[in-house]
Amino acid sequence: MISRKTRRKATNIVMFTVTGICALVAVSVLFFILGYLVWQGGRALNWDFFTRLPTPVGETGGGFANAIVGSAKLLLLASLIGVPIGFLGGVYLAEFGGSAWGFAVRYTTDLLNGVPSIVIGIFMYALIVLPMKHFSTLAGGVALGVMMIPIAVRSTEEFLRAVPNSLREAALALGATKWQALVTVVIPAAMRGIITGIMLDLARVAGETAPLLFTAFSNRFWSPGWNQPIASLPVMIFNYAISPYEDWHQQAWAAGLVLLSLIMITNVSARLILRRHTHGSH
Amino acid sequence: MASTSTDQDRLTIRRARADVTRFRHGDRLAYLLTFAFASAIIVITGLLFFELYKSSALARQTFGLNFLTGTTWDPVALEFGALPFIYGTLITSALALILGVPLGIGASIFLAELAPPKISDAFAFLIELLAAVPSVIYGLLAIFTLVPLVRDFIAPALQSTLGFLPLFQGPSYGVGLLTAGTVLAIMILPFIISISREVLLAVPREQREASLALGATRWETAFHVVVPYAKAGIIGSIFLALARALGETMAVTMVIGNDPRINWSLFAPGYSIAAVIANEFAEAPGELYRAALIELALVLFCITIIVNAFARLLIVVTTRRATAHS
Repeated sequence: MISRKTRRKATNIVMFTVTGICALVAVSVLFFILGYLVWQGGRALNWDFFTRLPTPVGETGGGFANAIVGSAKLLLLASLIGVPIGFLGGVYLAEFGGSAWGFAVRYTTDLLNGVPSIVIGIFMYALIVLPMKHFSTLAGGVALGVMMIPIAVRSTEEFLRAVPNSLREAALALGATKWQALVTVVIPAAMRGIITGIMLDLARVAGETAPLLFTAFSNRFWSPGWNQPIASLPVMIFNYAISPYEDWHQQAWAAGLVLLSLIMITNVSARLILRRHTHGSH
Repeated sequence: MASTSTDQDRLTIRRARADVTRFRHGDRLAYLLTFAFASAIIVITGLLFFELYKSSALARQTFGLNFLTGTTWDPVALEFGALPFIYGTLITSALALILGVPLGIGASIFLAELAPPKISDAFAFLIELLAAVPSVIYGLLAIFTLVPLVRDFIAPALQSTLGFLPLFQGPSYGVGLLTAGTVLAIMILPFIISISREVLLAVPREQREASLALGATRWETAFHVVVPYAKAGIIGSIFLALARALGETMAVTMVIGNDPRINWSLFAPGYSIAAVIANEFAEAPGELYRAALIELALVLFCITIIVNAFARLLIVVTTRRATAHS
């Protein structure tokens, strides 16, 4: 007979192993994704990818130069919308957010964060594309900007709240008014966190595809100005991945590798900065 | 000369007062500025709902509630029923939860309760990176790895063992409900793990110490004391993951097979609400067709809002209770 104690100890070890395997599976998915993309994308990636336009159907070669520039332009526009609203909204919640209106803003921000990205795309289609009667860089950038808002708000609020109250009080005791304390002491103290939060936010929307499908649409050529449809890396990956052409699949892998590398580099560096930040302050 | 000196004093005092009021105005201005931008979030979200509601008017008036129960989606005959998409969305999300929840909860128990802190921190870091992988990358990988895997190995294996169930009958082309559900399960994993881990870590230490002091093993403490304490928060994380799965677009669009019919077999191709919008909206000719797709977006919006609100409520309740006790 196995004693009760042995059985309990055995269960402990078995469950330790089982749950450990669960965690390992989750982490190995990440390594599988990274490894597979480096393997497939690395083979397909060449200099042309960064410098040339997509070739017409049937011709091999070409690159995604326009999509790279397109993604950059869309992200620039998105920051112009998302950062001011996100940052100032976050300041409001951290400094004046105790009111009922503050609660409403916080709740709405969470709701907006939960709205599927494809729905944001439809929203911007109805709001901008339909009145303008054509797809445009503007509509795509605004869609990504709206997607940026919730995370920007919440991370700004969090980092401002993490600033020790003693700093605030010291500034007020020296005779600063509330906004002077805010602008000269509190916000600078939280600045590093806020900026890394916004970097993470940008990295997140850089991979968004669904909100661009019927706002920025896509373009096989350069898209000067802000008024025409524009190519972006995620949308090109989607279009090329579901195409029947082997050469296009190769290009999709290359684009996937480039996009994921940018996102991973941003994420790792931002999180390392944050980690040092929080460890340093304790 | 005395009078000029008092004039001087008065002037100084007036200036100082002006400064103070100006700085007070500064406070007022800072408040109004941040208030305006914060309120913009509410305006945008309100506008979002309004635009969806307004733009779907034609479809709502034409089909009424039949839109939700109709099973035919025929853009040529201008007949639009949303049920196949609602079915596909619910089935793939349910599959995602069935596959993803045990794995996610297991991993979060390991990371929060059993693993050494260094390993737990490193894993949590990697899980956060996994959450940053864009949906279109999951789709790209799924097309070229998971689809052949399901077609050649998983589907035949399921068919030979569980083939008596209607769920596992018929041929598999690789793309379909099962594949979409599997991709979704992988995609929601990081959300379940990171939120559940946080909720578990928020459980007061005394709870664990009391249990361990009574002679319980680490696992018994985790399973019988910590997990029940954090139950509402864990369920909250599952609902949050469900909301993600319901609204997930790109990865699902790329592997679900795009067939607007209700098929009972999980091997069969299907369609989800987000996928049909992604595929058909840009090329939808005609007012009614477009309005029908926008109404689908409205349906998706409402479903995810409800699931999200419920999830947030559960998470707030547990973290409040945990902090109130500590």
